[in-house]
Amino acid sequence: MYVAVKGGERAIENAHRLLAHERRGDLSVPELSLDQISEQLSLGVDRVMAEGSLYDRELAALAIKQARGDMIEAIFLARAFRATLPRFGMTEAVDTGVMQVQRRISSTFKDIPGGQVLGPTFDYTHRLLDPSLASGSAPQEPATASTAETPMPRVTDILKSDGLIEPSPQQEKDKSVGDLTREPLNFPADRDLRLQNLARGDEGFLLALGYSTQRGYGRTHPFAGEIRFGEVEVEFFAEDAGFAVPLGAIAVTECQMVNQFKGSATEPPCFTRGYGLSFGQSERKTMAMALVDRTLRARELGEDLVAPAQDEEFVMSHSDNVQSTGFVEHLKLPHYVDFQSELGLLRKLRAEFEQANASDPLREAAE
Amino acid sequence: MNAPAAAYNFAYLDEQTKRMIRRAILKAIAIPGYQVPFASREMPMPYGWGTGGVQVTASILGPDDVLKVIDQGSDDTTNAISIRKFFEKTAGVKTTTFTKDATVIQTRHRIPEEPLHDRQVLVYQVPIPEPLRFLEPRETETRRMHALSEYGLMHVKLYEDIARFGHIATSYAYPVKVNARYVMDPSPTPKFDNPKMDNCEALQLFGAGREKRIYAVPPHTKVVSLDFEDHPFSRYRHDAPCALCGADDSYLDEIVTDDRGGRMFVCSDTDYCEKRRADGHRGTESAVGPDLEAKHG
Amino acid sequence: MAEIDNDQPLLIAEQLGKSYGHQLGCRDVSFKLYEGEVLAIVGESGSGKTTLLQLLSAQLKPSAGRVLYRMRDAITRDLGSLGEAERRFLFRTDWGYVHQDPALGLRMAVSAGANVGERLMAVGWNHYGRIRDAASSWLDRVEIDAARIDDAPRTYSGGMRQRLQIARNLVTEPRLVFMDEPTGGLDVSVQARLLDLMRSLVNELGLAAIIVTHDLAVARLLSHRVMVMKGGRVIETGLTDQVLDDPREPYTQLLVSSILPA
Repeated sequence: MYVAVKGGERAIENAHRLLAHERRGDLSVPELSLDQISEQLSLGVDRVMAEGSLYDRELAALAIKQARGDMIEAIFLARAFRATLPRFGMTEAVDTGVMQVQRRISSTFKDIPGGQVLGPTFDYTHRLLDPSLASGSAPQEPATASTAETPMPRVTDILKSDGLIEPSPQQEKDKSVGDLTREPLNFPADRDLRLQNLARGDEGFLLALGYSTQRGYGRTHPFAGEIRFGEVEVEFFAEDAGFAVPLGAIAVTECQMVNQFKGSATEPPCFTRGYGLSFGQSERKTMAMALVDRTLRARELGEDLVAPAQDEEFVMSHSDNVQSTGFVEHLKLPHYVDFQSELGLLRKLRAEFEQANASDPLREAAE
Repeated sequence: MNAPAAAYNFAYLDEQTKRMIRRAILKAIAIPGYQVPFASREMPMPYGWGTGGVQVTASILGPDDVLKVIDQGSDDTTNAISIRKFFEKTAGVKTTTFTKDATVIQTRHRIPEEPLHDRQVLVYQVPIPEPLRFLEPRETETRRMHALSEYGLMHVKLYEDIARFGHIATSYAYPVKVNARYVMDPSPTPKFDNPKMDNCEALQLFGAGREKRIYAVPPHTKVVSLDFEDHPFSRYRHDAPCALCGADDSYLDEIVTDDRGGRMFVCSDTDYCEKRRADGHRGTESAVGPDLEAKHG
Repeated sequence: MAEIDNDQPLLIAEQLGKSYGHQLGCRDVSFKLYEGEVLAIVGESGSGKTTLLQLLSAQLKPSAGRVLYRMRDAITRDLGSLGEAERRFLFRTDWGYVHQDPALGLRMAVSAGANVGERLMAVGWNHYGRIRDAASSWLDRVEIDAARIDDAPRTYSGGMRQRLQIARNLVTEPRLVFMDEPTGGLDVSVQARLLDLMRSLVNELGLAAIIVTHDLAVARLLSHRVMVMKGGRVIETGLTDQVLDDPREPYTQLLVSSILPA
């Protein structure tokens, strides 16, 4: 005899308890501390801050711990927390020109004022697994030198002073900067919203799109004009004080791509720009972002729209991994009512098909 | 580190956000069937799991409301439980499984069998608000089609179905025309439920969190399922009475009982079924045999 | 319904021009088109004829001049003053536009019947049987086997697709049809058949048409008047037979003399 299944509530409670147990794992193994995550998995923390749109290393580390290392789950936690925070306003634009540079490279010139500063990078490591890390490492003291006084003008500013690169596209003066988290996205979207969307976007998705442009799906002939990583001051204009007040410093990575030149009947040709900016040391993200930013400018630069990376609606509607994981994973929710309807329809159509075919043999026999 | 504030505002959302959502709701009510964009907030449950419905409910809930939450017609499915607990925790409102006692009903994929009354609001969870989405993926184009009332493409789809299958091949999320103006997606309710939307006494609100749209059907609004004169809209329901309560007018779930093809069909609306059984109605598979209980009218 | 007023032109181009920066699309084009009249615009590629067609069908905004059209309610309107809704409605009812590549003017993945029936459904036809019958009869008229009504144009030959595109455009009985190289890309024999069909349809339905083509034979067969374009300007215009039998301009003479004998 059938009894309707009940007890969903208790099942959920048990599931949550089991989850917490699995998260802790073997009790004989020391528990992860937030400091350990923040210090030793710092690039993971950077990613959670960037895509979670929230600069707080400790919270990001907590999210990673709570999410058991699932980065998108951690990003979701950061975003959900962010949504509860009161908002005071908008800071002044950060000035990456006066960044405390830890790393700064350019592939467009052999040497530049301020020099090529390699900084902490995987770039030239040999990807050989290092067993010595398994037993704990005692890294050597790194070499130091002072770069504090050396000016490091942006490569793109150097090109601009010669008129070789387009000026950074300016927004109209009175227009306020758009905010995706406050207004629903509307197409066509202006560059400010596009950049915000890309900054919060999934690194893997943007990486694939950027890669596709390099392989011919919307080619933009990119050069890495400059990539820099370091700390910048964040300033907030305080009404009462009447001037901008420094709130602290954050670490950001900035990438400026120099792209295919463009001219028109009235303008001489010059290089075009692609821009990427991210919290923490996120080079892959900012480079991919800059590639996609430039590709999405196809419309305003009058280029033929033929590739997925040029399709603004496609790129911006699918870049948010919190949204995409929500919808993909929602397929786990019960759908049996709709499935029932489909079953009904399918059974009906099959019955009609059988009937239609059953009558044919008689006709053939009659001939 | 400062622990995040343990106390949340009533129903989780801050008042500013609720105001913004209510403005969108009012616009939606003023233009029945029209999708109003709104700045959906990140909620503590994933997009696609009811955040739109939750935001709408959170914005209209008051301390005296009585909330019912169902998924697939049942109060006891996991996500319905999760959402109900969310509101118990953040709003402390009374909750119920009885349809007639609820003032706000949040639902996924079903409309309750019992007719709603004018002191109720039905909040639907919507995954894809745009009825034309699978015919035309571009938002810019579908917006224009709605604005200019260009629904030819929708009818092309219906025509194609009949040409190919002999029937309109949409069994759920069946498009409707609201107030003789906008074509609307009723959410993935089975087409069986469509007629309940027409001239309903309750207010019907639709929330799509991930797609950031809210729409509404005010009470006593005309809602007509799209069809052709010679292929009129028809409801589908498995042709049998409920095995537990004997109802022959409710939407049925198919339960697989064994691996030899054994099947049983019971009411999807659990409250409706329980109520009928409490009133003495019986089906063929109920605990007490059909002849041992007197049937009430 | 307004009476057909053959005295009033259906479409008027007044000093129409379009330029892209320094590049000239076309310039100084003026003419009047009457109901039931077929005008061919001929020239080589780059002559500006396609730009002109797009200006005349309000798909491009002119840099100079204007286009006037007499609507079904007998009022003549400047196309530039039409709202988007009006323009799109015009395109779906009173106008037809036949693309050189039929894939641009059809829904390739949808059945022929739906392709032809779509505009009827868009103006409110709500009876499947009647829509299907109307589609069927149009397929007949454009000499497509009615048994193919449920096939998608993906399965059609080039010539059939073009005929389907014509049917799709004519189902709402438009008064004016724009055609952009309608026989381009088709085999010579297929072209001939298609031209014959187009000629009889235009006559039967009293259509006005503006046909862009580089092929003088098409102009000869279908049009009453012809406009020859070169470098964005109209260099010669007149009755088709007159212009083609006795071209005045050296360029026109060149064009005419280079037609390969049939």
